[in-house]
Amino acid sequence: MVAAISTLSDWAIPALIFFIPVYAFLRRVGVYESFVAGAQEGFTTAVKIIPFLVGMLVAIGVFRASGAMQVFAAWLNPLIQPLGLPAELLPLAIMRPLSGGGALGITAALINTYGPDSLVGRLASVMQGSTDTTFYVLTVYFGSVGIRKYRYALLLGLTADIVGLVASVLFTNWYFGR
Amino acid sequence: MVNLIWLLLLAGGGVAAVINGNVAVVTQAAFTAATDAVQIAFELVGLMALWLGLLKIAEDAGLVALLARAVHPLMRRLFPSIPRHHPALGAILMNLTASLLGLGNAATPFGLKAMQEMQRLNPNPDEASEAMCTFLALNTSCITLIPATVIGLRAAAGSVNPAEIVGPTILATTCGTVAAIIADQFLRRYYRWRG
Repeated sequence: MVAAISTLSDWAIPALIFFIPVYAFLRRVGVYESFVAGAQEGFTTAVKIIPFLVGMLVAIGVFRASGAMQVFAAWLNPLIQPLGLPAELLPLAIMRPLSGGGALGITAALINTYGPDSLVGRLASVMQGSTDTTFYVLTVYFGSVGIRKYRYALLLGLTADIVGLVASVLFTNWYFGR
Repeated sequence: MVNLIWLLLLAGGGVAAVINGNVAVVTQAAFTAATDAVQIAFELVGLMALWLGLLKIAEDAGLVALLARAVHPLMRRLFPSIPRHHPALGAILMNLTASLLGLGNAATPFGLKAMQEMQRLNPNPDEASEAMCTFLALNTSCITLIPATVIGLRAAAGSVNPAEIVGPTILATTCGTVAAIIADQFLRRYYRWRG
């Protein structure tokens, strides 16, 4: 099953790059002209997100480097304990929605320190894989169309993250505790 | 909410830096992050161009409309404000499929295209529309069938079975997605009622 899906992942991009232009050519589309017309938008979209990305990454960078994150984790710890989340994983839980690179760094450190087949290592792996960098995604996606008022999007994203986090703890304990 | 969180990150960081006595670190972190942001954006340029180019070919060939029609019954419930056959639906679908397969670098360009299409339907271009909120909730909670990076990390650390976390990961992420869909329905109604 895993091998089949991973083969599908490997083949997906080459298949798209082959199939789309060939199909379009058969439908008499000027394939190269279409490609260039579409590709033109790539630059403007990427440039448009810069101010949003700078604002968000600077705030997250300052929060991490100053040590505020550890203080926040210490405050949050009593609230998180009843969920059965080991304290070592709290920094990862906080970092996961903020920064993909930061979270991956913490996950790698936890896996290497506690071992990949320990409870902490397994939990870190599941948490890393089961939620996304909500802040980063919102920043980039809304930034690309110039939207500054997120309405309930952030609340919604964080709700999904928290449910995903709690579910990670429960399912990991259940799956490896059987 | 985003204003408050942004301020708390910065102000909390400032206070913590003073207490910990490492004020200089803040300068360093802020400058590094600002430079990183531009680098990330520029790394996106090439991939954006590639995928938006391919997407345009697919649109011109009628492939995107075909795809949109195929998933219409599901999309109509999740995105009632997007008209049938609208290109936004095709882009949303391509984005979700790409994230499902773990093709992160293809997912972002499709997702940004979807945002542009939804922005055309947005009555208040300053504010997130309902369709955008639904899309981002699905996007950030979306299932990845194979978390390849994590499996790689575990293999490198000498795990007996690096892929054993796939099962619980899929279960946990499904819970997150279901919660997102339910919460979206509630929040959408609440915000409509509140005006």
